[in-house]
Amino acid sequence: MIGSLNMLGYGIATIGPAIAVGLIFAAYINGVARQPEAQGKLQPIAILGFALAEALAIIGIGLAFVL
Amino acid sequence: MSTVTSIESSKVVLSASSDSEGFHAPGPADFNLPPFLETSVIDVTKPMLMFALSAFAIALFFWAAARKSAVVPGRLQFAGELVYDIVRNSIARNSIGSEKFLAFVPLLFSFFTIILVNNYIGLIPFIQFPTFSQFSFAVALAVVAWLVYIGAGMKVHGVFGYFKYQCVPAGVTGPVLFLIVPLEFLSAIIVRPVTLCLRLFANMFAGHLLLMLFALGGTYLMFEATSPLNVAAGFASFLLFFMISVLELLVMFLQAYVFTLLASMYIGEAVAESH
Repeated sequence: MIGSLNMLGYGIATIGPAIAVGLIFAAYINGVARQPEAQGKLQPIAILGFALAEALAIIGIGLAFVL
Repeated sequence: MSTVTSIESSKVVLSASSDSEGFHAPGPADFNLPPFLETSVIDVTKPMLMFALSAFAIALFFWAAARKSAVVPGRLQFAGELVYDIVRNSIARNSIGSEKFLAFVPLLFSFFTIILVNNYIGLIPFIQFPTFSQFSFAVALAVVAWLVYIGAGMKVHGVFGYFKYQCVPAGVTGPVLFLIVPLEFLSAIIVRPVTLCLRLFANMFAGHLLLMLFALGGTYLMFEATSPLNVAAGFASFLLFFMISVLELLVMFLQAYVFTLLASMYIGEAVAESH
């Protein structure tokens, strides 16, 4: 098999953002379960946090192809 | 390019199942679509055509939806208002504030609809190419958002005042400013547009690559492989192709939502009176 080690490295690098995204949504679900009427306020915050954590994974995929 | 040196034994096993030539995994090179129309001024490629057509289709749809504005909306008007309501109320008004958001709604609405439609083009059979998996399209949108939030901030705070507002947090004095100001400048002016376009581009790019891999690999295994185990794996990967398509439906919507939300948050922070 011929391949690039970058892809393996990228796979490892996604562990961090994956845990982060999981924690963010866990907190969001917890918040909504405790106070369902707060869902409207929590949702944009959760999505924003998700997007910021995901940015790391995305920078990773950019670098995996470029380097 | 750092490549792992080939392990000869596994290479032999892989190519033994194929007839003449092995399976070529799809890569970034598959995104270079040659222009189908070459003129002296500009070469027209498929994403360019799709982008222009989608703008036309969106305009047509919302013109038709808003043509007969009734108090009791029809089906088309209801669909149009649903999309407009997401952008106007749950994105723009919440993050910019009810005094200043109306001026930015047309821009944010255009962002949301054009990204949504161009992403979903990637799942329509026979067209199947998300426009934003080409980096330049994502960059163009991010540059527009960047110019707008910096421009709006400068209009409110003044040119110098905006940079002071954005780079110097309230209440910070002394030598720590030498550390804070470059960091704040980097994060508010440089990193924001870069992540904005990279996020959209990389999501679409990676999603399309994944779909291509499972579709092409699945068909290759189904029709070219000799051992029944490989054919079964081909069917399994083709099934996975459909499941990832469903996941992509969610991701595509989420990217349009996140792009619009972040753009409006940046605008909202820029035009706010104080921290």
